[in-house]
Amino acid sequence: MSIIRRGSSRRSLLAGLGAAAAGLSFAGLEGCAPKAKVGKNGEELKLNFYNWDTYTGKTTLADFKKATGIDVNMSLFATNDELFAKLKTGNPGFDVIVPSNEFVTRMRLADMIVPLDLAKIPNRANLLPNFRDVPFDPGRRFSMPYTWLVLGIGYRKSKVQGVPDSWKWLMDSDRYKGRIGLFSEADDLIELGAKYMGHSVRNVPPEVIKQVAAMYIRQKPNVKVFHDDNGQDLLLSGDVDIVMEYNGDIAQVMTEDPDLDFVVPKEGSIINSDCLCIPKGAPRPDNAHQFINFMLDGRNGAEIYSTIKYPTPNAAALALMPASYRDNPAIFPPAAAMAKCEYAEFEGAGRAQLFDETVTRIRAA
Amino acid sequence: MDESWSRAKGVFAALFVAPVFWLVLFFIVPLAIIWAYSFGENSGLTQIAISGTFSNYVHAIQPLYLGIFLKSFWFAALTTALCLVVGFPMALAITFASEKTKVWLLLLIMLPFWTNLLIRTYALMAVLRTEGYINISLGFLWNGLGHLAALGGAHLAPFQPLELLHNNFAVVFGLVYVQMPFMVLPLYAALDRLDRSLLEASLDLGAGHVRTFARIVVPLAMPGILSGVIVTLIPSIGAYLTPDLLGGPDSQMIANVIERQFKIANDWPFGAALSFILMYLTFIAIAAQAVVSRGRKAARA
Repeated sequence: MSIIRRGSSRRSLLAGLGAAAAGLSFAGLEGCAPKAKVGKNGEELKLNFYNWDTYTGKTTLADFKKATGIDVNMSLFATNDELFAKLKTGNPGFDVIVPSNEFVTRMRLADMIVPLDLAKIPNRANLLPNFRDVPFDPGRRFSMPYTWLVLGIGYRKSKVQGVPDSWKWLMDSDRYKGRIGLFSEADDLIELGAKYMGHSVRNVPPEVIKQVAAMYIRQKPNVKVFHDDNGQDLLLSGDVDIVMEYNGDIAQVMTEDPDLDFVVPKEGSIINSDCLCIPKGAPRPDNAHQFINFMLDGRNGAEIYSTIKYPTPNAAALALMPASYRDNPAIFPPAAAMAKCEYAEFEGAGRAQLFDETVTRIRAA
Repeated sequence: MDESWSRAKGVFAALFVAPVFWLVLFFIVPLAIIWAYSFGENSGLTQIAISGTFSNYVHAIQPLYLGIFLKSFWFAALTTALCLVVGFPMALAITFASEKTKVWLLLLIMLPFWTNLLIRTYALMAVLRTEGYINISLGFLWNGLGHLAALGGAHLAPFQPLELLHNNFAVVFGLVYVQMPFMVLPLYAALDRLDRSLLEASLDLGAGHVRTFARIVVPLAMPGILSGVIVTLIPSIGAYLTPDLLGGPDSQMIANVIERQFKIANDWPFGAALSFILMYLTFIAIAAQAVVSRGRKAARA
């Protein structure tokens, strides 16, 4: 009795499914997209843009297509580490990426981004003076600033006494027991803990790290949640009353709920700057330069920043923004508070592991 | 009526090649690469040098990480026990239901599978949080009670919402919710094969329902219980999403630590070592189950 004569049976069904699975996976590898048109610079009229979520204007990508004919395909990532892990094993085809300042340094050291051709970015003249040359990218050879942001305290005015303008209320006090939200990012937690104790966020010595860890372990019973950059949603929905978050995120929810406010603590905080860079192996570098130049234009910038509500490093865009943006103390905190804020630095690969193990220890305690 | 494959080896091999190739390329090769990483170390920011070192495993069995392994195992064991206690009556109910109801009950158990895990977890958050559905309903009832009491002159304190989210309770609740079908379906499969006449005989011979259940039903359903336990326990140990979204400051499980090694700590060899320790433990558990069930079969033969 031959197997073949029996028609459909369990074994032949399994074999058929196995062959179908193999076939489907290989078909997926075809990538049979229609070939895009080629522009004047010899590159395809396409751009792969790897960006944060809700981090561009409503019409920015459409405006770019109208201006240059280049189709922008935007993918999203949630954290710098996701970006780094994605590009670590080779560039899967992205032309423009948006790392934060520490990761600009890290990717420059790992040879993952290429120097920019500054002649193709004339709009860099629009930048505010203190962004033209920064410690993490001297001479702005590898990155152009997109936004800057500062970590601070978002809070609900009706549930909090006065203005909580010190990290103490998040890190060292049980006044808001069970209503506190902290960031889960290891380096932000440790560096801001050090800042609260009076040290700089750079080169935190090991004894200070131990003291910070002990402080957080003492504070843990008062903390409700270690959030993953959705602190503003937790604040809005009433799960927490006081939270460590970025100023732009809190500014966005402040428009929805007037009971919320933001303050930069008096001990100082960390400034970040998200920058536009071109990864190594970008298939369309000339399109990438055109895109970066487009983003640095005043009018395009105004469209972007009015949507995302993050502070801008672009003087031309700032001039075109309404007073409600320019005078918003959540978006542009007062100079006295900003005076004590500093950029964090990339301090070597082992540092991230030390911080992560410290936070693992805090969470397990 | 099944034909032994040894009688038509050529045809079998020809049909078998495609699935085996797919399995090797997309499953065994990536796993082998990660296994190799667990014996490596970081050289520079992006490269990993496979140097045959055991330092990652030594690092992984430090008390800090062993404690987290134990906590993950404890959460998983609690989840499995709860699933067993709640799932067994469910499986019994489905087994003894009429044919028509049986289909609907099975559908009810399997329907959550058709929704993505992330959506279901967010839905749980909407139910459990401070202004979520449970607290809103309880607050409404409490305020109604307060109005009634005010009519009678008494005074109730304002409603304090229950802390149902961002703590270990929420993590175990979420895990039980997600793993329940995995426990109920193997149990139902084992109970369905039960010979009803055995139960009738036991009841006829004078045993009460409880003793029938304990001495007849449970031992006969033991293979189903064991497979349900394995299928619930192993995924629960490696749960990542549920403790991340529903958990509080205390609720990190081993999978959250592993995720951080591959992202923020940029220490892929250490993350690989932690993952493989989990995998070795899983293999040991499955091997133990196989030995126990083989011993059981031998005892019966």
